[in-house]
Amino acid sequence: MSAPFDPNRNLANVSLRHVGKPLVRTDAPGKATGRTPYAGDYVMPGMLHAKVLRSPMPSARLVRLDVSKARALEGVALVLTARDLPDRLAPTDIPGQTGQTRLKTDQQILVRERVRYHGEPLALIAAESVDVAEKAMSLIDYDLEPWPGVFDPESAMRPGAPVVQGTDNIVARHAIGKGDIDAGFAAADMVVERTYRTQFIEHAFLEPEVGLAWVDENDVVNIRVSTQVIEHFRFIADAIGVPHNKVRIMGALVGGGFGGKEDITVEIYLALLAKHTGRPVRLEFTREDSFVGHGKRHPFILTYKTGVKRNGKITALDVRLVSDAGAYVFLSPYVLLYGAIAAPGPYLIENLKVDAVSVATNNMYTSAFRGFGSAQACVAYEQQMDEVAQAIGIDRLDLRRRNYLKTGEPTATGYRVPSAVWTERCADIAWQALGEKTPAKGAIRIGRGLAAYQQSYGRLTFLHDTSEAWVGVEVDGTVIVRSGVTDIGAGQASALAQIAIEVLGVNMENVVVYNSDSAVTPLAGTTTATRALYMTGNAARVAAEAVRGRLVARAAKAFGVPVDDVVLADNKVSALDRPDKAMSFADLVRLCATEGIQRSELAMFRAPFTDRLDPATGQGQAFADFTYGAHAIEVAVDTETGEVTVLKSVACHDVGQCINPAAVEGQIEGGAAQGQGYALSEEMIYREGRLMTPSLSEYLIPTAMDVPVVKSIILESRSGVGPFGAKGIGEPALTPVAPAIANAVADAIGRRIHDLPITPEKVVRALHGID
Amino acid sequence: MPTVNLTVNGKAVSANVEARTLLVNLLREQLGLTGTHVGCDTSQCGACVVHVDGKSVKACTLLAVQANGSKVTTIEGLASGDKLHPMQEAFREHHGLQCGFCTPGMVMSAVCLAQNHPNLTEKDVREGLEGNLCRCTGYHNIVQAVLAGAQAMRR
Ligand code: FES
Ligand code: FES
Repeated sequence: MSAPFDPNRNLANVSLRHVGKPLVRTDAPGKATGRTPYAGDYVMPGMLHAKVLRSPMPSARLVRLDVSKARALEGVALVLTARDLPDRLAPTDIPGQTGQTRLKTDQQILVRERVRYHGEPLALIAAESVDVAEKAMSLIDYDLEPWPGVFDPESAMRPGAPVVQGTDNIVARHAIGKGDIDAGFAAADMVVERTYRTQFIEHAFLEPEVGLAWVDENDVVNIRVSTQVIEHFRFIADAIGVPHNKVRIMGALVGGGFGGKEDITVEIYLALLAKHTGRPVRLEFTREDSFVGHGKRHPFILTYKTGVKRNGKITALDVRLVSDAGAYVFLSPYVLLYGAIAAPGPYLIENLKVDAVSVATNNMYTSAFRGFGSAQACVAYEQQMDEVAQAIGIDRLDLRRRNYLKTGEPTATGYRVPSAVWTERCADIAWQALGEKTPAKGAIRIGRGLAAYQQSYGRLTFLHDTSEAWVGVEVDGTVIVRSGVTDIGAGQASALAQIAIEVLGVNMENVVVYNSDSAVTPLAGTTTATRALYMTGNAARVAAEAVRGRLVARAAKAFGVPVDDVVLADNKVSALDRPDKAMSFADLVRLCATEGIQRSELAMFRAPFTDRLDPATGQGQAFADFTYGAHAIEVAVDTETGEVTVLKSVACHDVGQCINPAAVEGQIEGGAAQGQGYALSEEMIYREGRLMTPSLSEYLIPTAMDVPVVKSIILESRSGVGPFGAKGIGEPALTPVAPAIANAVADAIGRRIHDLPITPEKVVRALHGID
Repeated sequence: MPTVNLTVNGKAVSANVEARTLLVNLLREQLGLTGTHVGCDTSQCGACVVHVDGKSVKACTLLAVQANGSKVTTIEGLASGDKLHPMQEAFREHHGLQCGFCTPGMVMSAVCLAQNHPNLTEKDVREGLEGNLCRCTGYHNIVQAVLAGAQAMRR
């Protein structure tokens, strides 16, 4: 376990030249000029175009599938159905790096007989053009016989419900038990019980899923694809029946991910089509494909029962979580576990009980989405804090102050966080920064809300996470970083550059990062779970430090000074207080090269490895560390139309140490907009499993008109386990936003809407007392 | 197949297209100008915005044949040589992008907006970019970049 946070040790003697500066990212120029190639921009000679035929019904039996007319169409190279494939399944678990036992998550690649969700693929087509592929799609004849389905998790749990997965639709359960829950409730002066509901959410990254596959001269299936996870190559190889070293995934800069490109999307279809035709094949999802073609954010039903003393001290908390896993397992068990661990929020709850269950239905399958179960928990725990405060009649912030988890205290799983816990400071600062309250006027009421949070960064420690990076210096003094990490838009690659040049004392123009190739860049793991900076950033730092160590040793010898006196900065090498001793960085590298001193290093960073949590009590270590912070919101509610406008939005997060403050602010501002959509406008509506909102004109993400200016207040405790004391911010930026907005709306109208999104219609109904 | 003649980024171009080929497909697939992106099929996202005769247009809403005889500028035609257009420079400098997929469309819309509004305000920018979706940035830095870019264009 890491040493506990010590402000003196952690804050001492910090002087950074590049880290902590808002440098222009390495990927910015290419993106501003349109020169950056995305995965969809690659073409090859002789390339075929693919389409996926999908089931329009959510629960059915495929009784007939006739592709003969499609096959006969001129320009069609191949039509594949389940009958053409061996009975092989696709794994949908987290791609493991060190062999954790795999969950039973396998999914059929194409429908063999049973359709379990709207959009499940029935057939694959490869043709000379997209038009021909579409025509072929329309020529496929099939009969689907309706099959009894189940469309909400509560019904799916009942005995006798149609079975979608396993024997009883339960795909995961987690329990946490801490202290004495009965004694806790007995000691309470009041008990407050409420149920909150969250909805299906679409990632709506701007770049739909896309890829290009070809088989090369070594029989390797190459796939250039927009993905957060190049290490799916193993699962893809298993699914198509080739050895793991015969699938190579090359990423590209990704046009947005947010968890939606964390699972396999187009890869297996492409691999099969390329292998069967021997030709390059391109598959690009339409926006409508994208709506039905990747897992969504889990809807949760969260029931909170809180025992509290009149003075505001919470004595007991009993939480029940039910999540809708949809038709296949994917990452549902992990999302549920995150939700269970996050359930009490950033509070010290001594008597805690959490019962969490994830249930299969015939809705779209659900999987990773920024916030990963913790965001859903925050929607409930922060609204519950306001409800409890109101019930016992104390100030909302005071109630929180009486219960915040403090540095060194145990979390829900009994684990003591190794870093600073600055929740209270963040919440107070954010709340104050709202400033003077906007006056109400006519039908417009003003309300304010706050949400604090605790969000892990880095994977579950029982998954045994590792990450590799390679750093090398060239004889002209330039630097190369190689790492498999995927860059999904947050500046993951650029951050590695910034870390490497900080350690080596060169400038940003002198570094290039090569990333995201499963065959030639060292495997870095996934860009998910707010782990890229923490894990790969640490690996890059360790690698750069090893190179630096050798360079500095040689320079010390040349200068005749101790190694500690050698300074690397601005592409120069010098000795402390010895102006006569200096050379260029390039000269030092050349000197090392002529003597055969190694100028590169491959480093692996290991997260803490732990056992699984105790299955009965949920106690143990689950994560390496957590980020803390808060978001404060002011809204205006039009009581005539029900419309909610976000007027002010203030975030305060302790990010440990900014690597690039501009990138951190970017995460916070983007998270604020996504959180606003989550709270107010976004909802994938399913009727009996059928998606009713399959386009961006029906599924409404915020526009530039909808979002306010976000004030980002960034604190740096330098206590995180990332490089230079950094914590993660990717997911935390989003987590508190929706509950803060919900609390602000409740404050404005004096009634709470317990299910997201808070649409104008629901507001009007609440104001008229209609349930 | 109909032939279309148009000027793209200052060069005369002639191409055979299907009657229902969209301008965006002509640009991306036949002319290899992949800086113009496609993010939707309901003309909602604005990733495909280009200039047609000086006006910003969603290239997925226009047939290639409708652009016959027009002057088209794409993101690739905005810079002059190595020198970025002031709006591109502003997006780079003000961190107006993350994943960058919306960026070409944003930049093209922004240039047009700046040309049409001599005194661009924040409100003008937000209204003017309503047809350009971004899922990453929360728009804040984009708005700042557009304001700065517009100012630089006036110089
Ligand atoms: S591609 Fe979305 S508006 Fe043109
Ligand atoms: S930067 Fe990713 S969509 Fe705008």
